[in-house]
Amino acid sequence: MNIRAQVSMVFHLDKCIGCHTCSIACKNIWTDRKGTEYMWWNNVETKPGTGYPTRWEDQKKYKGGFEKKNGKLSLKLQGRTGALGNIFYNPNLPSMDDYYEPWTYDYGHLFDAPEGDDQPTARAISLVTGKVMDTIESGPNWDDDLGGSPVYAENDINLDELSEEEREQLSEVERMTFFYLPRICNHCANPGCVAACPAGALYKRGEDGIVLLSQEKCRAWRMCISGCPYKKTYFNWSTGKSEKCILCYPRIESGQPPACFHSCVGRIRYLGVLLYDADQIEKAASAEDADLVEAQRAMIQDPFDPAVIAAAKANGIPDNMITSAQKSPVYKFVKEWKIALPLHAEFRTLPMLFYVPPMMPVLAKSKDGIYEVDQSGSDGLAPLLSALDKARVPIKFMARLFSAGNTAIIEEVYRKLITVRIHRRSAEVKDVSQAELEKAYVSGKTNPEEADAIFRLTALPTYEERFVVPDMSRELAVEATVLPLANKQETGFGFRKKPERRF
Amino acid sequence: MLDTVLFVAFPYVAVVLAIVVGVYRYFFDRYSFSSFSSQFLESRRLFWGSVPWHYGIVTILTIHLLAFLFPGAWGALTADPNRLYIIEVIGMAMALVAIVGIGLLLLRRSSDDRVRVVTTWADWALIAALFVQAILGFWVSFVYRWGSDWFLHTAVPWLYSLLIFQPKIEYVTALPAIVKWHHLWGFLIIALFPFTRLVHVLTFPITYLWRPIQVVIWNKGRPAQK
Repeated sequence: MNIRAQVSMVFHLDKCIGCHTCSIACKNIWTDRKGTEYMWWNNVETKPGTGYPTRWEDQKKYKGGFEKKNGKLSLKLQGRTGALGNIFYNPNLPSMDDYYEPWTYDYGHLFDAPEGDDQPTARAISLVTGKVMDTIESGPNWDDDLGGSPVYAENDINLDELSEEEREQLSEVERMTFFYLPRICNHCANPGCVAACPAGALYKRGEDGIVLLSQEKCRAWRMCISGCPYKKTYFNWSTGKSEKCILCYPRIESGQPPACFHSCVGRIRYLGVLLYDADQIEKAASAEDADLVEAQRAMIQDPFDPAVIAAAKANGIPDNMITSAQKSPVYKFVKEWKIALPLHAEFRTLPMLFYVPPMMPVLAKSKDGIYEVDQSGSDGLAPLLSALDKARVPIKFMARLFSAGNTAIIEEVYRKLITVRIHRRSAEVKDVSQAELEKAYVSGKTNPEEADAIFRLTALPTYEERFVVPDMSRELAVEATVLPLANKQETGFGFRKKPERRF
Repeated sequence: MLDTVLFVAFPYVAVVLAIVVGVYRYFFDRYSFSSFSSQFLESRRLFWGSVPWHYGIVTILTIHLLAFLFPGAWGALTADPNRLYIIEVIGMAMALVAIVGIGLLLLRRSSDDRVRVVTTWADWALIAALFVQAILGFWVSFVYRWGSDWFLHTAVPWLYSLLIFQPKIEYVTALPAIVKWHHLWGFLIIALFPFTRLVHVLTFPITYLWRPIQVVIWNKGRPAQK
């Protein structure tokens, strides 16, 4: 057993209100510089939708992540020699137009315009070329809340396996629904970007598993952008270096959660340590599609198991990391309760950001003045919950997103989430019979204690319960990166020259 | 006197500049080492420029280098007229490929708004210098045929004499002007090398062929395994 610690994340999609506060918090801190205007290390997409960059999930086009070829795991993009052969031109690189061309407005014109018959306008100015943009063709969250859904939502690649009927239902006016998918770098256990970088500039930090990109080593070979199936490494067109989400590691090192976590209005985000067995990475990443989620769960180890603790200590993992892992909300969601799932496990990068899938609004109709929920109360379901196969978004769509197409896994998650609701309804509204309640526990494979615990951590968690950041005292935080004695009287930060083009 | 300046002093100055500034830049400003790819801003035209240019020039440079390093073997190779003919044809074809490539790159860089924004003066100087050198090279090979053979008895001994610090410029001073320009222009590019993005050739990531596919780095080295 080769135990490693990983700072991992859970996003509870039921709680996401799509306010984009996370995106703004991130942008204000990290990507408000020249060359990074178009980057959203944290972005929130509407699903169904094509996302950012457009159709990023389409690996036929972008060739991100890994695939199994003759039973062996290899990058979908190219082999080692292929990387050197394609170095003069990367055939699968998204261009700026797959994201959008960033712009500002000529506000000054509103004040300086000569007197005339018409109101002056502030025209859009490209932040790249500085020229007037006549038409803005795309922008951040261009398809927010299903905007332009005949073009965007319709082209969501996850809809491919749905029948014509199911697709039509999705866009019917009274059935239409959507949910939000906030995305940051997944800090994968088997990162595609790291594997694809010819220069070895990308690496996974041993201490906490954060995936970082060395600005000193990056030579703009731009393979990381293609290698990452989530398109979460970005090319800074001004400095000629790639950049990516750093999980606000300066904040984590000083005991604070990342800015997007901290600022989350819906409090959907959880952060905690997972201990996993690095020897199982290859096995977990090369499982059959249907088994990928289970294989990844098996890779994550029980932080209370004495054998795991001993192995962790033998690997030099400090005690505070182990205690953090024991208090980790992520461990509870992912491994204990099994209700948080990785996004697109079929990309085989073992993402360490997990999602609790959203419950969808019920299907109901008004009949003779009575509001009737479809199949309400049947199949171990409380009143006002519709049956799973009547879910507003087809279960197949959710399975494609969160369980590599395995509908059994996602159904199990939903049954448990529904049971938690029935459990709470019986406690609050008290209109659920004991027989129905018992039936629900069986169908959700849970019990009253667990249901309560899930409820508490979902609805009433404190700041300290949501974010269990391995505490590092200030002295240790410094020692993590530099030797204080050897480096005294230095400026304290690695960069003493501006990160901009000089030659 | 002028010949000594041009064919002795200038090459030494160029090489010393390349080494001293290049090493300084590598150790004190490694951040600036990058190929500064502009493919993200413009992809389609880059393909038609970058691919022929790089494959063309890499082949040509390899031929130049091989002949310089192994003059004996190269002489034996070009001794047979049939082989010499084939080498000349390959050389000229690849030179044309490279010229078309760099020409398209030059055109792209000057006509695409986005790419022009990320182009520095050093970039303009470099791309123009490379374009001129590629043309000069092709010109020499076209006008003064069988250069892959006669260059063994002109440029190679001259470069070798510079290498062993016993400069003998008589090997090149009597050559036609265009050939001399090709020699000097080569050293001009070497002088430009440390001040431009050309340094990216030294960082060609050959180690990718054998490095472990995943990279894990501990801040202060991996903790001791017990």
